[in-house]
Amino acid sequence: MAETLLEARAIDKRFGGVQALKDVSLTIRSGEIYGLIGPNGAGKTTLFNVFTGLYPLDGGEVLFCGLPLNLESPHQVAAAGIARTFQNIRLFGNMTALENVMVGRHVRTRAGVFGAMLRTGAERAEEAAIRRRADELLHYVGIADRAGDLARHLSYGDQRRLEIARALATDPKLLALDEPAAGMNATETAALRGLIEGLRRDGLTVLLIEHDVKLVMGLCDRVAVLDYGEKIAEDVPESVRANTKVIEAYLGTSAH
Amino acid sequence: MNMSGREKLGLALIAVALIALPFVLALAGTAWVRITNFAVLFVLLSLGLNIVVGFAGLLDLGYVAFYAVGAYVYALLASPHFGLHLPFWVILPIGAAVACIAGVILGAPTLRLRGDYLAIVTLGFGEIVRIFMNNLSSPVNLTNGPKGINRIDSFRIGPVNFSGSDTIAGLVFSGPIKYYYFLMLVLLAVIVINRRLQDSRIGRAWVAIREDEVAAKASGINTRNIKLLAFAMGASFGGIAGGMFAAMQTFVSPESFVLNESIMILAMVVLGGMGNIWGVIAGAVLLSFVPELLRYTVEPAQMALFGKLLVDPEVLRMLVFGLALVFTMRFRPAGLWPETRHRREMNENRA
Ligand SMILES: Nc1ncnc2c1ncn2[C@@H]1O[C@H](COP(=O)(O)OP(=O)(O)OP(=O)(O)O)[C@@H](O)[C@H]1O
Ligand SMILES: [Mg+2]
Repeated sequence: MAETLLEARAIDKRFGGVQALKDVSLTIRSGEIYGLIGPNGAGKTTLFNVFTGLYPLDGGEVLFCGLPLNLESPHQVAAAGIARTFQNIRLFGNMTALENVMVGRHVRTRAGVFGAMLRTGAERAEEAAIRRRADELLHYVGIADRAGDLARHLSYGDQRRLEIARALATDPKLLALDEPAAGMNATETAALRGLIEGLRRDGLTVLLIEHDVKLVMGLCDRVAVLDYGEKIAEDVPESVRANTKVIEAYLGTSAH
Repeated sequence: MNMSGREKLGLALIAVALIALPFVLALAGTAWVRITNFAVLFVLLSLGLNIVVGFAGLLDLGYVAFYAVGAYVYALLASPHFGLHLPFWVILPIGAAVACIAGVILGAPTLRLRGDYLAIVTLGFGEIVRIFMNNLSSPVNLTNGPKGINRIDSFRIGPVNFSGSDTIAGLVFSGPIKYYYFLMLVLLAVIVINRRLQDSRIGRAWVAIREDEVAAKASGINTRNIKLLAFAMGASFGGIAGGMFAAMQTFVSPESFVLNESIMILAMVVLGGMGNIWGVIAGAVLLSFVPELLRYTVEPAQMALFGKLLVDPEVLRMLVFGLALVFTMRFRPAGLWPETRHRREMNENRA
């Protein structure tokens, strides 16, 4: 069995009276695609926000690569190797697609103000490397032809891809995707699926929130189900699909 | 970056024009050289503020505080007030450093604030600095209070004193003309530095924070440090400009550093086009010169037309200023000359 990459232990998160996450524990193994599903408002995005340090948690802890993850500062989470995309796309709209990805390299590079002001050899070499890597990633996600366009001018599907490229630029060990197929048409979804499969082939671990059940069941090695902030199942897709609790949770909530 | 022959020629022409400019202006009167020098000073200030407001998107309404810090550092270290007379090339870096520290001191408590709240706190900071300058005259007389500090040393490079005239090869280099050339050198350096920063890892991080702070954090940017860096860099530029201001005026007092000045500098940045260096320069030049032009033309024009003064130039100045801002916001909200990351990137990709 593959080793554990991320382990969440008894995560609690409240918003005032709302218990958004209640005693959630889960384990993500290296190299797998781990699905996270659940009805609207189940707490999936909240869990992402906790993992990436954007929301302080009220209880529990997260281990990453066997070490406690410092959730105080999101940039340290990124440095540790967790990258994410957002359910409601969050790009740097007035920067070009290429620059968006270049920003993702920030955490793996070091040039400072003085290096930039003096254009030192080291700074120039680093800039060239950043640009090269960003370019590669744009090719990888298939939007290299849009490199010079402002992010806000890209189509919806391309924006989702750009977000993935920016996340990949941080050299993550774990890539967390929050509903990447939302709002995509069938062709775009198929392409996205190919992209995620490619990521797995390249050895990346993926945490995937998705409402598209076909996509989740087809892609994921294991799936966890959240309902009202509690994990009600965690298993291989076939067993989750047959789980009565899961069926109950979904009954009437949507047309899946 | 490689330039085409046309671009090189264009730059050369601009350079020649800028070198000849003060002598042409001097024909109209030395006052015009002085006015130009102050315009350049405001260009420097705008470029400094542009780092904070334009790049990093942090609304700073107290920027004049750093200008004040730079000016007072110069005044204290090169005047009879303390009997210190350090050379300018020692003081300017000290002024930049002290302003930089002031920038960090202002920045640190405001890191969690955004938009309106940040504007209010920075506005307060600007006022606090001015009030300090006004009141630090007792028990130890540090700033000489509202009376300000007099008889500040002019720049001096070897035998050349910037307070007087020198004649070289038949050309008269008045004090303001010498300052003009010095200012141009500083301006050139500041433009180069700004452009380099803009296209650097740090510059991208600034813009990323401006565009979406949460996404910037999640992408691995230490937003706290990078914002502080923006405040510090912007403040240093302000400090240098302040030092030159003190030397050019040979007199500083708290009156020169009122809230209005902060707003004026901000207006220059916004009018020209936040984030775009050339737009900011255009905005600063425009807002510096137009009022002066009005002052010199409105009065004679009215006298000639009506035989008396109907509208005071000062009133007209504020009117034009207000209208300019209203029309820019209405018709060109991104400024007269907005940021063009887009086109620039495209060109670089092709090259
Ligand atoms: N910042 C917040 N402040 C207050 N309540 C919040 C906040 N974020 C989430 N919640 C609440 O926490 C609960 C879980 O929300 P969350 O966004 O995590 O659900 P989700 O599973 O991602 O749903 P969806 O499928 O609609 O994206 C909801 O009741 C939501 O209203
Ligand atoms: Mg969600």
